Amino acid sequence: MADVTLTVDGKKVTAPAGTLLIEACKTVGIEVPSFCYYPNLSLQGACRMCLVKIEKMPKLQTACTTVISEGMIVTSDSEEIKQARKSMLEMLLGNHPLDCPVCDAGGECELQDMTFSYGAAESKFMEAKNHKDEQQWSPVVFFDRPRCILCYRCVRVCGEGMDVWALGVQNRGVSSIIAPNKEDHLECEECGMCIDICPVGALTSGAYRYKTRPWEMKHVGTICTHCGDGCKTTLGVRRADTGMEIVRGDNRDKSGTNGDFLCIKGRYAFDFANHEERLTQPLIRKEGKLTPATWEEAFQLIGKKFAEVRDRDGGSAIGVIGSTRTTNEESYLLSKFARMVLKTNNVDHHRTADFPAFAAALRGKADATASMADVFTAPAILLIGNDPTEQHPLLAWQIRNNVRLHRSRLYVINSQAIKLRRQATNFMQIPAGAEGKVAAFLAGDDAAADAIINSSSTKDQWNSLRDTLRGEQNLVIAFGSEILGSDLSSLVTFGSAIAGAKFVCLADYANSRGAADMGLYPDLLPGYHPISGSSEFHTEWGEIPQAAGLDLSGMVEAASTNKLKALYVVGSNPIGRLKIDSFAFSNSFVVVQDMFLTETAVVADVALPAANAYEKSGTFTNTCGDLQLVKKAGEVTGTKADFEMIVRIADAMGFDVRKLVPIGGGTHADMGQSRGAQSGEADRHAVWLEAHGLEPKLSPFDPMAILDEIQRLVPGYDVSRMNLLAGNSQHTSLAKAGPGVAHRPESISPANDTLFSSGTLGHYSRALKSVMESHEVKPAEVAAD
Amino acid sequence: MASLVSHPDEVKVVTRRFGLGATNIDRYLELDGYKAVQKALGMDADAIINEVKNSGLRGRGGAGFSTGMKWSFVPKQSAKPKYVLCNGDESEPGTCKDRLIFEHDPHAVIEGVMIGGLAVGARSGYIYIRGEYRYLSIIMQKAIRDAYAKGFLGKNIFGSGRDFDIYWHGGAGAYEVGEESALMESLEGKRGIPRIRPPFPAVVGLWGGPTVINNAETLASVPHIMLGGAEWYAKIGPPKNGGTRLFCLSGNVAKPGVYELPMGYSLKKMIYEVGGGIPNGRSLKAVVPGGSSTPCLTADEIDINMDFDSVAKAGSMLGSGGVVVLDDQQCIVKFALRTMKFYQHESCGWCIPCREGTDWLKKTLIRFHSGGGVKKDIDNMQYLSENMLGRTFCPLGDAAAMPTIAFVKKFRKEFEDHLDGRPCPYEKAGVAEEMEALSH
Amino acid sequence: MKFSEEFEARFAEMVPHYPTKRSALVPTLLYAQDEVGFLSDEVIAELAGRLDLTELEVRNVISYYSMLTTKPRGKFNLQVCTNISCLVRGGEEILQHCAKKLGVGHKGTTPDGLFTLEEVECIGACSWAPAAQVNYDFHENLTTEKMDRVLDKCLAQAQEQLQRIKSVDSLADTLSQRSEG
Ligand SMILES: Cc1cc2nc3c(=O)[nH]c(=O)nc-3n(C[C@H](O)[C@H](O)[C@H](O)COP(=O)(O)O)c2cc1C
Ligand code: SF4
Ligand code: FES
Repeated sequence: MADVTLTVDGKKVTAPAGTLLIEACKTVGIEVPSFCYYPNLSLQGACRMCLVKIEKMPKLQTACTTVISEGMIVTSDSEEIKQARKSMLEMLLGNHPLDCPVCDAGGECELQDMTFSYGAAESKFMEAKNHKDEQQWSPVVFFDRPRCILCYRCVRVCGEGMDVWALGVQNRGVSSIIAPNKEDHLECEECGMCIDICPVGALTSGAYRYKTRPWEMKHVGTICTHCGDGCKTTLGVRRADTGMEIVRGDNRDKSGTNGDFLCIKGRYAFDFANHEERLTQPLIRKEGKLTPATWEEAFQLIGKKFAEVRDRDGGSAIGVIGSTRTTNEESYLLSKFARMVLKTNNVDHHRTADFPAFAAALRGKADATASMADVFTAPAILLIGNDPTEQHPLLAWQIRNNVRLHRSRLYVINSQAIKLRRQATNFMQIPAGAEGKVAAFLAGDDAAADAIINSSSTKDQWNSLRDTLRGEQNLVIAFGSEILGSDLSSLVTFGSAIAGAKFVCLADYANSRGAADMGLYPDLLPGYHPISGSSEFHTEWGEIPQAAGLDLSGMVEAASTNKLKALYVVGSNPIGRLKIDSFAFSNSFVVVQDMFLTETAVVADVALPAANAYEKSGTFTNTCGDLQLVKKAGEVTGTKADFEMIVRIADAMGFDVRKLVPIGGGTHADMGQSRGAQSGEADRHAVWLEAHGLEPKLSPFDPMAILDEIQRLVPGYDVSRMNLLAGNSQHTSLAKAGPGVAHRPESISPANDTLFSSGTLGHYSRALKSVMESHEVKPAEVAAD
Repeated sequence: MASLVSHPDEVKVVTRRFGLGATNIDRYLELDGYKAVQKALGMDADAIINEVKNSGLRGRGGAGFSTGMKWSFVPKQSAKPKYVLCNGDESEPGTCKDRLIFEHDPHAVIEGVMIGGLAVGARSGYIYIRGEYRYLSIIMQKAIRDAYAKGFLGKNIFGSGRDFDIYWHGGAGAYEVGEESALMESLEGKRGIPRIRPPFPAVVGLWGGPTVINNAETLASVPHIMLGGAEWYAKIGPPKNGGTRLFCLSGNVAKPGVYELPMGYSLKKMIYEVGGGIPNGRSLKAVVPGGSSTPCLTADEIDINMDFDSVAKAGSMLGSGGVVVLDDQQCIVKFALRTMKFYQHESCGWCIPCREGTDWLKKTLIRFHSGGGVKKDIDNMQYLSENMLGRTFCPLGDAAAMPTIAFVKKFRKEFEDHLDGRPCPYEKAGVAEEMEALSH
Repeated sequence: MKFSEEFEARFAEMVPHYPTKRSALVPTLLYAQDEVGFLSDEVIAELAGRLDLTELEVRNVISYYSMLTTKPRGKFNLQVCTNISCLVRGGEEILQHCAKKLGVGHKGTTPDGLFTLEEVECIGACSWAPAAQVNYDFHENLTTEKMDRVLDKCLAQAQEQLQRIKSVDSLADTLSQRSEG
């Protein structure tokens, strides 16, 4: 759009036509105060805080509803304006309780800040304030009515942003009140956006309220550990006798691709970290019982056993199961450790999407994957399978708001009437399991049409949909785990004929994509390089076993015939999650690194207390391929990062860890013991280094050293380190990866998590459990308009 | 139902058919009914608009904006349907004129809506009547049905090849819904929260279509203008204030009632001659000249002409035509309190200054009136009102602030008389408390 | 839930008058309330369903309009205006008189369920003040005596209806006895 030039407080401001005055002011550093204005939500003009003087207008005007025009002359700061704002505050404070010392929002309250700026602290009124008791609307949402200033942000973010419409306004005049959809409680997605967006302490979080004060916390921006979307979340931590306790999750730092968004898990389900069942001591099975032991004892035992098996039965008698929730550095390190140290290719993880086939299909195609940011801006989106509202809340938010704010065209093809159909230009319901046929049909196989037509669609509709899609440009094609192998390549064939089309392959866990990219496969190395070929890894890592190893089911089978002598499970719970018989590994020496005594950990010979992703540093790759920095926030004394444990085991096996972690030469490595009892010291040291932009890589536990290697060797990961460290997401590419491989479809097993569940982590989250219990009845869908 | 009055100074235009049985469509036809719309059908849209412009007709809903001008703002071309909307929410305290029009001459309103529709190119119109006026909505619904039955509404009206539909719509108790954009929200089945402007209703109104909204009296005047001609109508009143006005005379006058007087009629004469003066040998204390929103005039200020411009010059507003007369036994504080109680009750609550301001003013006035006032309150009331003025989302905040400012400024002495625990000089002891316990 | 045929006819006629379904909401709510006495949960659910709205949306609308109520009221809703024109002509005395006579305050309902008293805002009867409405009927130029007569008339009407119901009941009794015998 053409630019418009205006003058604000004597400064020239140029902004595109159609810009709101309040936004135009921001561009030259003039902050016009407001409560009700919120970018990307509908305009209200209700709080009257943003009044400014516009020449030729008799009255003060609201900057939040005024669209700039050429030659406009604006004053944003004068005695009259100051007085107007001050009096608004005085009126508000007339009824607002002055309970700042105990209010959760005290210290980060927009009303408090504004009162400070305009000096409206002295009360002119002597009347009693209207009082109302606080209400609990859900396990996680509390409402304190007198504090509410009726800015309607909560109502809008819930309705417009979330398409949930669980909040409304009841009564009128001074009796107006924000009301939940079920008389006295909420039935909603419990995303907590209403709490986050509330400028005051009217809506507070059940998980955080009255726990601490904002200034007593340290705030660390990191990536959520739950689904594969990679939302940035700000964790508020404070010292506790067990280390650093996470007390709050929110996204006050809106620098992530998720912008304003966070779902229930990102906001509240950090509490698994503080669960009292956390392992805080290594356990060694002695006389059939897991018994506390020292780290030294544990590492020695593991090192000895692993070396023994390797040297006696060969590496192929050892299995390694990696995690979808450890960092890229850890997954990479584990992959490398397995091949180099354990000499095994029996490496796998819980697969929830067919990334190897995806990489194979996209080989050589530059810019063919969409970032999470692209989903918000694409002019058109095709969604096949999956139910993002439940499984990919951020993706759903991006799609919904792209449709709402940019009028993007959304095409939804699903076997269920998923909620996103409400935003869809075109929704096609198909028989269950026919997603692959859709891909074939779209790619031109007309015969596949029969399998996708049902009572609600006709062949003509499908033909016309295909034509429409072919006519789109810059289409984003997102698909769920229903599409695998050759269907996936058909879909890519179809999409590649559309100019600028980009793909998103949906996987379920926080670092599922990373696990795949880092080569936690029996037949693939990082970057989807086949184990049997030749690649830089073969040269850099030295001698590695050439034959493809066993996948998870192969390992189970090998164990049953006593061929699998040892199993190393890092941050994974195959017995609990993949319905593997708990006796399957009873004859193997099993080492498990985890936070809890999971179904898998209880059968271990050695269980090592692991730190989770909120307690360490490194990187995650979300399902779109966006690489992001994970920062250490919490800490539980007695746990260690998987990274450190892997290195220590290698060391215990007599392996020169410098070959594993490329640390600088010459200096004595700090093995993390010399500084006393404080575990995680080395890791904190890494954080410090990183915070100062230093990468001396003196410690073998420094994930940055591995990140270096990843960036150097894993195709598509050569993104800007500076941007990464600055906290921005960096999109990786699959164009040079590959060639990939096709796997058995059965090897992929979706997590089937919902909005309120999150695999094993969710199991240990009280917040999620309490919400699940209160939601025995599923939220009813509501009309969109 | 409501009784009619008359006075020789009246100029009967809108009230011409009152009491003559014009609710009956055949009777209405005998009284020149539906001639105006037929005439308009023969004119082109611009000609109709010009006629209304030249007549000097100004909105009778309160703001007094030129009706012809308002109609001319509606874009000629529009992708969305256009609408004409009759505002019959009549809720401004002191105002009871639209009620008589609906009761005695509903077809005139229908005709006015139709002519408005022809002028702006709308093909349907809605007549919004406040919920309390149930009997009037029955009358109106019958009138609409009769007009359809005669083929005056619906397809091919009067054989012109044009279609026009009119529907009745009812409110359910809310003053704010009289505000034009809130009325549209209400008609769309929502809470009566006004809309952000721009865009103005003439461009984006009902269901997003260009919409003309006029008061019932305004629309009922239009057919007379079409038949009598702009020049005739304009000449009834002073320049730029064409025609007559239905003045709702109420309060302490001997002969209250709704009188149709030429624009610019003297307020003094209205009170003392038309209204028969102040009864019971009392004297005049104040007049609210145009409904509760308008600043009061003291006994010394009534020598003015009742047209939009003259009343504005006197520091008040002609408003909705509700002239409320107060004798010397009325307590201004009490009157201010009752006024504020109304605005506090009717504020939609959307914006801070109106929602909070009216509540604080009401609370302060209650305390003040019952003897708990302190000196600072008087200044605070003025401070608060002045800080509401011009800063609210819609004019309701102004409507609450303006009269309050006038009461405090013009009757400060009376406020001071209530200070220091002194009982209200005009009220029996205990009555204030009793009322407070009873009130909403 | 079931409404009367009259209601259904009105509803059916009204909905097509508007380009959006929900537009019919406000008048429909008032008609439903006239029929049921108040806007019960059941009415809300029913109308929400018919107009494609959530119950929350319907409640939000109801609570905005002062004539709409979700609580039962007396058979006669006595609405006394005390706004400015009425105020200066004795509206408050009328209200106080009614309060004393009925023994209830603002929005109070008499124990027999016959009367609800309400202080209301201007009802458009200013030139005939003081004024009140009993349900939808206007009573103007009121004095306390005139108000008494209005209340008496309501009572008489209620009694007559009661009588009629009783006689219908006894007729029904007789009929059922006869059919049994
Ligand atoms: C709070 C408020 C209440 C109003 N109430 C009414 C009303 O009851 N009837 C009316 O005709 N206009 C009312 N108006 C004025 C309308 O907004 C609008 O100006 C009018 O209907 C336009 O018609 P007119 O140009 O014919 O006067 C009200 C305005 C405000 C701000
Ligand atoms: S609860 Fe908070 S966000 Fe919602 S309206 Fe009140 S102040 Fe605004
Ligand atoms: S003031 Fe009572 S009816 Fe108008």
